[in-house]
Amino acid sequence: MSVNGKYRFAMYWAASCGGCDISVINLHEAILDLAERFDIVFWPAVMDAKYADVAAMPDGSIDLTLFSGGIRNTENAELARLLRRKSAILVAFGSCATEGCIPGLANLTSTGDLLDLVYEGPSMDNPEHIRPVSHTTMPEGDLHLPALEPLLRTLDQVVEVDYRMPGCPPETERIAEVLGLLTAALDGKATLPARGSVVGAGHSTVCDECRRDRGVKHVTAFGRLHELPPLDPALCLLEQSVPCNGPATRDGCGAKCPLAGAPCIGCYGPADGVVDFGARLLSAFASVVDASEPAEIDRILDGLPDPVGQFYRFSLAGSLLRGGRAARTSQPPTATPATTPAPAMATHGATR
Amino acid sequence: MNEDVKMAPYEPVVLAFTCNWCSYRAADLAGTARIKYPPNVRLVRLMCSGRIDPTFVLKAFASGADGVMMTGCWPADCHYRVQNVKALRRFELLRRVLEQLGIEPERFQRFYASAAEGQQLAAEFSRMIEVVRPLGPLSWGRLPDVAPDLEALGQDDAQADLVALEAVG
Repeated sequence: MSVNGKYRFAMYWAASCGGCDISVINLHEAILDLAERFDIVFWPAVMDAKYADVAAMPDGSIDLTLFSGGIRNTENAELARLLRRKSAILVAFGSCATEGCIPGLANLTSTGDLLDLVYEGPSMDNPEHIRPVSHTTMPEGDLHLPALEPLLRTLDQVVEVDYRMPGCPPETERIAEVLGLLTAALDGKATLPARGSVVGAGHSTVCDECRRDRGVKHVTAFGRLHELPPLDPALCLLEQSVPCNGPATRDGCGAKCPLAGAPCIGCYGPADGVVDFGARLLSAFASVVDASEPAEIDRILDGLPDPVGQFYRFSLAGSLLRGGRAARTSQPPTATPATTPAPAMATHGATR
Repeated sequence: MNEDVKMAPYEPVVLAFTCNWCSYRAADLAGTARIKYPPNVRLVRLMCSGRIDPTFVLKAFASGADGVMMTGCWPADCHYRVQNVKALRRFELLRRVLEQLGIEPERFQRFYASAAEGQQLAAEFSRMIEVVRPLGPLSWGRLPDVAPDLEALGQDDAQADLVALEAVG
């Protein structure tokens, strides 16, 4: 706790889009309640701060840290470790930190191919074939940049986390609930949830929250929304042949997407008791396929042209297999020669 | 570790899921009839092939299996009427996922065996081992090298961090 009687709050973004930060800022006036109870000591999205300031804080002195984003490079990994050490409560905040999210889909691609696409893709003009390197020697001195790691990792694959809050991004109402609960617990007026548990979400599936009518499902052809005739607004989307990820996805979002006529894409991650999101969803989809002959099964499954994208859109990095073989066997592209002296500059990842 | 153990040639490990009513009985028959098949196959008996959660298969690969085989009753012979057909649909969908992840299709196969087909099941086990062997170890359990220098940094104290981070500003 700070000298002014406020708790100390930090929020960080690693490999993320910043949407989680926006979702917190979306608290609108309630953000003032946050400022009332918390000293914001580190939050790069909204205020200037230096990593060195965080490093100088006593261990465990930040009462609450919301960590969004996956661990994609050496800087992300170092900040994860730093904030773990400095924080009493570390929350893996949002889909990236809890299960990898969209950036985790790069775990299908080798780092070489990834850099080729980004630096020499169709929209790039790069005649000198420039690639980022983690260590460059210039006349003025050595320059360092964080090095890309071969796989994106979730926060809990790098450090221990106290709580997981799913969502891409977490719904603002849920954030307000969680901040309220954690503040009350810090005040001693409520008990903290069990360590390691999921906060700010339900324990069942999106289907349980969805008010569409559910009956027996017999899918003879999966289709995307624009390929199908107008849908019945009151009937289950999966029943109407739309691949909807509700059956495996944790509730807590209010089933906003299916109720608005768009299929659930699974951003709230696996429901309670689900080890591997994709495996659970795949089981559910296989069960509604109305065919018993291999050829007919194949034809219906062809309606899901990108199975990994469908089943692991948000959860590939956090899944049992964590990614594809190309990424797993790729070498760090920016490894510097072993002869490089190893200064204490690991933030920039060039100490190999 | 013993040098001899380290130098042992690669032997693939294949996990085979069997159903209580047909394919496990077939494996049992192979045993009582003294039909030989490679010891590389590890059997897991379930009540029905419909019980095979795709999670089991993914966990097997993630835990070091080089191949996984789903076995069960022939279509229309299922003790639980149609569950083997559901298993077939899950197999077809999971096969597509594994292929997209870069796992060779030879590593994930299925086979029907009635309780009388011990000979056929043993032959299929032998065949699969010989198909998987040349592919080499899958080694999915081992993660690629993720910046080991940073693992060491995790042990550092706050002072070292401060030195490291001052350079960043």
